[in-house]
Amino acid sequence: MRRISRLTPPALLGAAALVLLTGCLGSSDSGSGDQDANRNAEATKVELTIGANSVKGGKNSAGATFTQDVLIPKFVEAQKAKGVDVTVKFQGDGSDDEVYKQKLSLDLSNKSGPDLINIDGIWVGEFAQAGYIKPLTDTVGDAAKVDEWDGWKQIPESVQQLGMFEGRRYGVPGGTDGRVIYFNKKLFQQAGLPADWQPKSWADIIAAGQALKKLPGVTPIQLNGGTAMGEATTMQGVLPMLVGTGATINTDGKWLGNSAQIREVLDFYKQIYGSGLGDPVLQREAKGRDKSFAEFAANKIGILFEGDYFWRSVVEPKEGVAKMADRDTAVGYALIPASKPGAGVKGQDFVSMSGGGATAINPNTKFPQQAWELLQFMNSAEMVEAGLDGAAKITQRTDVNAKVLAGDPMLNFVATKVLPITQYRPGLAEYPRISAALQQATADVVGGKSVDDAGKAYETAVEAAAGGKDKVTTN
Amino acid sequence: MSATTEPVPGRPARVRGPAQDVAGLGIGRAFGFVAPALLLIGAFLVFPALWTIYIGITNYRLTGVEAVSPSIVGLSNYTRALNDALFHNALWLTLLFVLGSAIIGQNFLGFALAWTMRRARPVVRRTVEALVLLAWILPSTVVAYLWIAFFDRDTGTLNSILGTQGTAWLIEYPMACLIIFNTWRGTAFSMMLYSSALQAVPPSQLESARMVGASGWQTLRDVVFPHIRGHVLTNTLLISLWTANDFSPFLLTKGGPNHESETVPVYIYNVALQGGELGYSSAISFLLLIANLLVALLYLRLLRRRS
Amino acid sequence: MTPAYVVRRIGFYVLICAITLFFAIPMLWIASAPFDSSPGLGVRWPDWTLDNVRKTLSHPYALHSMVNSLIICVTTAAAVTAFAALASYALSRVRLPGRDALLYGLLLLSSVVTGTAAMVPIFVMMFQLGLIDSRFGVALVMTGGLLPAAIFILKDFVDAVPKSYEESARVFGASTGQILRDVVLPVARPGLATIMVWAFVNSWGNFLVPFLLIRSIELQPGAVLLQTFTDEGGSANLTVIPVFSLLFSIPVVVLYLLVNSRYGFRFHGGIKS
Repeated sequence: MRRISRLTPPALLGAAALVLLTGCLGSSDSGSGDQDANRNAEATKVELTIGANSVKGGKNSAGATFTQDVLIPKFVEAQKAKGVDVTVKFQGDGSDDEVYKQKLSLDLSNKSGPDLINIDGIWVGEFAQAGYIKPLTDTVGDAAKVDEWDGWKQIPESVQQLGMFEGRRYGVPGGTDGRVIYFNKKLFQQAGLPADWQPKSWADIIAAGQALKKLPGVTPIQLNGGTAMGEATTMQGVLPMLVGTGATINTDGKWLGNSAQIREVLDFYKQIYGSGLGDPVLQREAKGRDKSFAEFAANKIGILFEGDYFWRSVVEPKEGVAKMADRDTAVGYALIPASKPGAGVKGQDFVSMSGGGATAINPNTKFPQQAWELLQFMNSAEMVEAGLDGAAKITQRTDVNAKVLAGDPMLNFVATKVLPITQYRPGLAEYPRISAALQQATADVVGGKSVDDAGKAYETAVEAAAGGKDKVTTN
Repeated sequence: MSATTEPVPGRPARVRGPAQDVAGLGIGRAFGFVAPALLLIGAFLVFPALWTIYIGITNYRLTGVEAVSPSIVGLSNYTRALNDALFHNALWLTLLFVLGSAIIGQNFLGFALAWTMRRARPVVRRTVEALVLLAWILPSTVVAYLWIAFFDRDTGTLNSILGTQGTAWLIEYPMACLIIFNTWRGTAFSMMLYSSALQAVPPSQLESARMVGASGWQTLRDVVFPHIRGHVLTNTLLISLWTANDFSPFLLTKGGPNHESETVPVYIYNVALQGGELGYSSAISFLLLIANLLVALLYLRLLRRRS
Repeated sequence: MTPAYVVRRIGFYVLICAITLFFAIPMLWIASAPFDSSPGLGVRWPDWTLDNVRKTLSHPYALHSMVNSLIICVTTAAAVTAFAALASYALSRVRLPGRDALLYGLLLLSSVVTGTAAMVPIFVMMFQLGLIDSRFGVALVMTGGLLPAAIFILKDFVDAVPKSYEESARVFGASTGQILRDVVLPVARPGLATIMVWAFVNSWGNFLVPFLLIRSIELQPGAVLLQTFTDEGGSANLTVIPVFSLLFSIPVVVLYLLVNSRYGFRFHGGIKS
């Protein structure tokens, strides 16, 4: 034992090593920016890899299965007809989005990774800023070639935003979605509320909640809040409400601080969770969102804010995770109102938020021309429709939507009524932390803090996340 | 190092420990023996660690502008950490976690098991030891599912046993759950260490303690403890360090609800991945390393006082 | 048999039962849920079915991931044991300059898990070495991470091996190599076995390192695959997870039982400092 007492302090391990390290961060080399976009354009033996966060038998299994079993063979066949021998590999991950993003970033920052990369729309900005992806016209080299693709005409302008950053196209959007208010018509009837309910203001929602509160064992309103639900809180809760006050979370590069609009949203949370119109415990639970689905399906929640995913995959009568056999008659849906008529963003009466993915081309691909061909092929009407495999889902293409959504009034409602008024999140690197700050603010309010205190704490968090007071507005 | 305290029988006691090149290895070959391990440790542990220290003084991020051109921000990550309420919260929770599950939980339960199992029937002993060890060797992802199922609000085993349906243990008492979980998970190490340590206590001394009518507690304090004091300290140190750096709380609670179980490793993970702020998360990692160092120094002081 | 003795005995067994239950009950889930027709997060007497097993076995990557896990972890365990054995023997028997500082440093390093923050350097390094998408590369990184604690623990095993054996062998004219092979190795075997199990177990559950360093799903180990069993909404797929968890635990348990029956799984000499 005495031996250790005589130790010299741990050896000073190497100041020299530090010198080595400096310069290892970031992509300091300059060469890759101006590669020849027509490299290997005439190659007859081509290898491409598609990267996505999906895997057969796991996360987004259907997407992985379609890509591997339909898309790739068809593309290979089509290329063979042209005399090109293409091998396409699918590199599926199927893990949490955050770790997938980390892995992709590590790959891309080392100028490697799959040739086509499937990313969340909100990553486009930060990936672009980091130089991980480049505008399609740069990668493909020929602006006309990209812009003249006939697919663009079928993708609505608002949806194209998903793959855009600072006005330039970085990727082709995949499908999208839209948020609405769902309500249980059976409970509404018991509470004496109309079956074709369409609130015009937040006060209407509260009023309906109070009517529902009289029913025993019913939680009137589920508006996602708190940190446990993560992005679901921001996307289904805070942001749709915020655009209903006329504000957006980021305007001209500045983040919204503790402003009147934020406090208005927090006050709405207070009205719901401070007076028994919502279940605060549910917002704290790790599986709270799943549980809210189950409760809605069991006629225990009256009003619920969700995306069309809820209709397609949650209360869907056959395959849903919380099946409702009588979905088509029992579940009503309405547009999310602005706080008051005309008070929404761009003076709208109704608002929504949307998200979705996009596919970009790796700027360091060996075969940029062929990658662009594959990307077009992936987003052709034929493949987009085939990818649905008979399911009704909102795709990026209007022509496909018209065809596949005809039989589903709800999804048609989203495609035609919600998408034109919807907003997308800003795809900036700071966004995740801003989003976390918003979640935290709702957690504080749901947990009982006052709106003012939560707002102040939010302000501090936003300033730290945005990197300074000058990047935050409190208008 | 048993030879230090208890000289090998039949040999003159030596001042210094077991370092004695009995097999004729020689310094040269000894270096050759140590080299591969050191090389690997250097390459995959020390080098990344140093690099992490460097990242800690930059504003490097996973994506965005700072990913291409990170700049050196000096110590501002550290000053930020000092003022970061969430980091303070994480430190405090880590302290609770180590104190509750390692220093008290694993240590005491491990010792109690080692002490009682000495005299138990072999079949009892083997069964209990196997169970305790099983908890230690199962893969952590699997263990996480076991405990999520155990604590589940609706159908969880704990609620069925206690008849408290609807209690969301992981929400209402997240730290208590984690402490119980980690005690369950890690007791095996302490148990094994103490049971081999207890073999070093001369049975004659235990016998004479019984003859003079010493109570169980007196025996432990006056006869057993002096013999195993070194073991206790080493064990406590090792399990404390392991627990402080343990990531498995993330698998159970993800740090929630509302940061109530966000220990430092979980916080580092959340900062690095959810926020993408590798610079800041590296700085916190370094602070955690410093905290480990302090704990280790404290341990050395305690050892020194002993000799 | 005094009444006090009886009371003590009863108390003793009650305590043993309580401890046994504490350790056993959380494990019940993995025994019941895999064979339940509607597996949930609770423990109940299963409504027996082998459907889940069938579904898991027909999963495109499930069995293959086990093989990958085995390849990675056997390599890791073997490398950790071999390198730690050599190093700890040398450190135990030869007073190398700077040895104490080294041991002390190892002790500290043993707690530094290759965490999230260190993933950037490790990835960049492996990328430069061309070891991305390689199971061998994953094993190397894990070996580096586990070695310090392994050496630290194993050195105490070796310290506890009486030197008289080696001395007498030497008196009889055995060479250093012979002594190591025929005298030290057999005596140290239980310790080596324990360290091997420890290294195997620790690498078996590791998710982040293989996830980041391996690209093809065909090469990913079970710990990574286990994370992918979710549905579209991100909820856990409870048909596959329990069975896979059970399968995934078997190799570890088998290895432990094997080592335990041959050598006894315990800290031979005990760690003191």
